[in-house]
Amino acid sequence: MTTTTKPVTPVAAAPGARRLGAGTLALRQGRLEITQFLRSRESVVFTMLFPVVMIAIFASIFTWEITPGVRFTQYFVTGMIATGLMTVSFQNLGIWIPIERDRGVLKRYRGTPMPKWVYFAGKVLMVVAIGVAETVLLLAVSAVFFDLHLPSTAGRWLTFGWVAALGVTACTLCGIAISSLARTARSGSAVVTPVALILQFISGVFFVFTGLPGWMQQVAALFPLKWMCQGLRAVFLPDSFGAQEPAGSFELGRVALVLALWCVIGLVLCLTTFRWTTKRDG
Amino acid sequence: MEDELAISVRGLRKAYGDNVAVAGVDLDVHRGEVFALLGPNGAGKTTTVEILEGYRQRDAGEVRVLGVDPAHPDPAWRSRVGIVLQGIGEFDELTVAEVVRHFAGFYPGADDPDKVIERVGLGAKAKARTHTLSGGQKRRLDVALGIIGRPELLFLDEPTTGFDPEARREFWELIRDLAAAGTTIVLTTHYLDEAEALADRVGVIAAGRVVEVAPPNRLGNRQEALTTVSWRTPEGTLETTATATPTALVAELAARFGGEVPGLTVTRPTLEDVYLRMIGH
Repeated sequence: MTTTTKPVTPVAAAPGARRLGAGTLALRQGRLEITQFLRSRESVVFTMLFPVVMIAIFASIFTWEITPGVRFTQYFVTGMIATGLMTVSFQNLGIWIPIERDRGVLKRYRGTPMPKWVYFAGKVLMVVAIGVAETVLLLAVSAVFFDLHLPSTAGRWLTFGWVAALGVTACTLCGIAISSLARTARSGSAVVTPVALILQFISGVFFVFTGLPGWMQQVAALFPLKWMCQGLRAVFLPDSFGAQEPAGSFELGRVALVLALWCVIGLVLCLTTFRWTTKRDG
Repeated sequence: MEDELAISVRGLRKAYGDNVAVAGVDLDVHRGEVFALLGPNGAGKTTTVEILEGYRQRDAGEVRVLGVDPAHPDPAWRSRVGIVLQGIGEFDELTVAEVVRHFAGFYPGADDPDKVIERVGLGAKAKARTHTLSGGQKRRLDVALGIIGRPELLFLDEPTTGFDPEARREFWELIRDLAAAGTTIVLTTHYLDEAEALADRVGVIAAGRVVEVAPPNRLGNRQEALTTVSWRTPEGTLETTATATPTALVAELAARFGGEVPGLTVTRPTLEDVYLRMIGH
């Protein structure tokens, strides 16, 4: 071995080789994420069943009616849907992305020609798929076993759709953003869980929102969960209940505005703070 | 017009705070070459390679990898460069075939996933979840992900750490195969025998600088270095001489003893001797 060069054999591209389109890349990434999620049993059980178990507990404890014909379940289901959507987006991503960063998944993807956005697209598709499945399960169980009345008009379903979509978008972006706060895989859940839990308590998930102290309502109003719950109350409770809200109505315009604002805040944070490497990777 | 250099580095510098990891590295790697970077831990090997891979930004210097500045990697360049990372089980829930197929989709000129799985010796494990793989098998999966895009240039960072001797030999065969197919290969290693077995040229890094670049058998003027000849005198004591003309000495000894020379050994400095001297031991 005295020569320093060898004849160069050019590596020819395979015949018909071409780059996959953006849509295909995103769908493949989404399928991969969903497969990984479904195969890790603890995340499936926790994410899918937690809201169902919670509604079962609440519906069994609070069996009375708020007003004649409207059961307590009708109120609590809104908080459970919102919590479920936040779990699958905000908590799920805030906990999993630091683990993937720590294990080198992000580094591995970055060493390939995969465009960076495909990683996020995969996460979004997973969040949407799991979020829809988990919400449908929650509604089905509540309707069959706990006498939940599903929305009766197209308008209410439409409201349900946009509140859920905006809420999930905001929570997804915030989940991706907060993932950069965790320095190690283990600290992800330490960062995210208290934030989620506190928001649930002050946003009217476990208690009737208007029964909370005024200052607590003010604090909750700064974050998306309160507005998701409020928007969903407009879907599941009679219109007359709007009068009992803090502002005297369900304020759907403001719900949309605040959630959209959080989407913008989340997106800016993602774009400015997202880390592909751990500190020790440099 | 394609550059004949796969990698060209001039005056590369990188510091982490006050700690200067790379203090002025110059390096050329030719196309089709197997190049080994040898050096102790903390010598700047990994930092250098990660800058070449486009993972790390440099502080100063000129760097070209396949004609592109790796500080600004784009997908077209990424698809020509393969990186074998040391995975620690990132895709526990997926099977070998699922992971390799998924990564194949990122590359426009990807190889056939089944063929690549077979080639790295994981054919029997294609349908196994990756968390059931042994350490050596996980490294093979890392290699599969590194070569699935049929790269022109392949980086391997300490690829056989933790392998048993048989697995290492098999791995070396795989690397030789890739090199024979024209892939340029840059590997870092602690193992001198690995560098000697695989590399056309070896670059020794110590304290953030390239101390020497040479074919393994010429490193540290190994060929020209004095050879140690030792034998037993008729009185039974061991005699040792360093000489530039060992053949003449042995012939003279043979004549003196009238045939076999008792206890004769003739040794050239090993790569390890040379290497340890170079890194300052």
